[in-house]
Amino acid sequence: MATAPNVRSLSCPNCGGTVQLRGMGRSLSVVCINCLSVLDTRTPSLTVLSQFQAKERYQPLIPLGTRGKVRGDLYEVIGFQVRELIADGVAYAWSEYLLFNPYKGYRYLTEYNGHWNDVLVMHTIPEVKDSRNIRHLNETYKHFQSYTATTIFVMGEFPWQIRVGEVAQCADYIHPPRLLSMERTGQETTWSLGEYTSGSDIWKHFGLKGSPPAAQGVFANQPSPHTGSVSQAWRQYAVWMALLIAVQFFWVFAHAGKTVFDQKYSYTQQSGTTAENSFVTSVFDLPGRTSTVKVEIRTDLENEWAFFQLALLNADTGEAYDFSREVSYYHGRDSDGSWSEGNRSKSVTLASIPSGRYYLRIEPEFDTTTPALRPRSMNYQVRVKRDVTTWVFFVFGAVLLLIPPIWTSIRIGSFETQRWSESDYASGD
Amino acid sequence: MSRPTANCPNCGAPIEFRFSSAVQTTCPYCQSILVRHDVNLEKVGTVADLPPEVSPIQLLTEGIYGSKAFQVVGRIIYEYDQGTWNEWHCMTHDGGSIWLSDAMAQYAITQLVRPTPILPSLKDFRIQYQPGSKIKLKGREYTVTTLTTAKYRGVEGELPFEYWDKEDALFADLRTPTPHFGTIDYSEDPALVFLGEWVEFDALKMKNLRQFEGW
Repeated sequence: MATAPNVRSLSCPNCGGTVQLRGMGRSLSVVCINCLSVLDTRTPSLTVLSQFQAKERYQPLIPLGTRGKVRGDLYEVIGFQVRELIADGVAYAWSEYLLFNPYKGYRYLTEYNGHWNDVLVMHTIPEVKDSRNIRHLNETYKHFQSYTATTIFVMGEFPWQIRVGEVAQCADYIHPPRLLSMERTGQETTWSLGEYTSGSDIWKHFGLKGSPPAAQGVFANQPSPHTGSVSQAWRQYAVWMALLIAVQFFWVFAHAGKTVFDQKYSYTQQSGTTAENSFVTSVFDLPGRTSTVKVEIRTDLENEWAFFQLALLNADTGEAYDFSREVSYYHGRDSDGSWSEGNRSKSVTLASIPSGRYYLRIEPEFDTTTPALRPRSMNYQVRVKRDVTTWVFFVFGAVLLLIPPIWTSIRIGSFETQRWSESDYASGD
Repeated sequence: MSRPTANCPNCGAPIEFRFSSAVQTTCPYCQSILVRHDVNLEKVGTVADLPPEVSPIQLLTEGIYGSKAFQVVGRIIYEYDQGTWNEWHCMTHDGGSIWLSDAMAQYAITQLVRPTPILPSLKDFRIQYQPGSKIKLKGREYTVTTLTTAKYRGVEGELPFEYWDKEDALFADLRTPTPHFGTIDYSEDPALVFLGEWVEFDALKMKNLRQFEGW
């Protein structure tokens, strides 16, 4: 069976330079590497289709004739074109490398600012949902931008008649890491599907020297480097929160608080005296590991105000935990009905009290600034509970757990803002 | 499978038919286009020089489509302003006839179908359908994507109908959001309709492919 030569060499009718053909007879046009004339490969003598008139000569990053694997199949770079779009008066140019395998056909590698896409022409036509969304293979692609692409430089060969100055109406739709592109020239509409590819992978698979150009900014279909999504982060938060609530409930039930001291007292302030009223309680045990201690004071105050100076003292070490509480309770009846203010009871929760033998020093007093017209007195009860549930850790934990999802939301949000800043939907436009 | 043999009325070379329902073939020696009348072969023309081979598929290439083994027995080559494409005629192991098209190394398998409803005449079709128009065939909705005027460029091997000496004809490409694909061929009126699907080259597990040096 006849085999086709790998590279066919012909001479350029314009400048006489050597023109190489790698497209196995499928190419329709080839560009002379010397004079950049576009030649018609269907005529044996290579008729000149157009004299190339570029303002600038572009150098492909992957030289023509380079072979490399893409998704397991070997391809050869046979064509290179540079196209541009004008947005707000600024020209943006990108490169397209035409890859060929005589069995598998064509595919493209596109490059813009160090961002690469592996592109295949589609056989199917996506379903248009509305002006902003289209569907392909059960995935929704969002419209990113519409633009006019103009070919400004060509090199190598192409299976169609290529021409510098060729204009196409294009629209890009994204579902990172994929990009659907619509291209319309005249009556013909072509859809292609690109997938974001790292430059270093291409460099590796094509055996290129050096390193690929660094990617600048965020490209339309660049996958977000932040793993997971905002909703995922919040789902995780919900799971941790549920766990925290469960632990807290466990503590509430398992450690309802054990009463280690409970005593009733009464206090009377003689009118005119300011003598010290402090006294100490009997010694009680605080068992277990270092934990919380709750001191509750219940009074029978009636339209009165009292102040308790308290200290929890370790009978062995003498270490003291000082605290105080003001208790007041007023009530009455006026034109709006009955009212009350304050509470007859107060409590204090002390965190991290080591186990040991303790006693309380209690100093109750009434308002000494106003002279007492009659002796003041009250009955009160002091109760000490060990191991009560605190809500501090719960609240602290709940706040702490909020940090990852908020941080993720901010990071993903800013990445997406950067992505869409190049689109037709950039804010501030 | 019967393999009727006859002699080329032009050069006398033996002509063997692989596809029992073949209506037309070409003489591999003198390039005569031969049409079968009962046991006799009539020369109706000569194949002009064929364009350079580009397809990895060739006569006698074998493959598997779905559960059916097939062998390439003939082809029609078309030419349009953007090049040429091949419609490879394949016979399946159960005697059926399918088409494997290679256009820009994109491959599709189709079958000739009797369209329901009947397609309009070429003149009416041109009025009614433009790229983007929807058309329902055999219960499936297709979108007309391109209308191409192509000319018959050559034939080779065995075909299930007479196909030679054709003028320019209109071809309509039909696509869907799925791999379903179709072609309407107005080289005859009423038009020939081919429906099928796009296929991956590797999925056909083809053998006896043309070798490309260096690949």
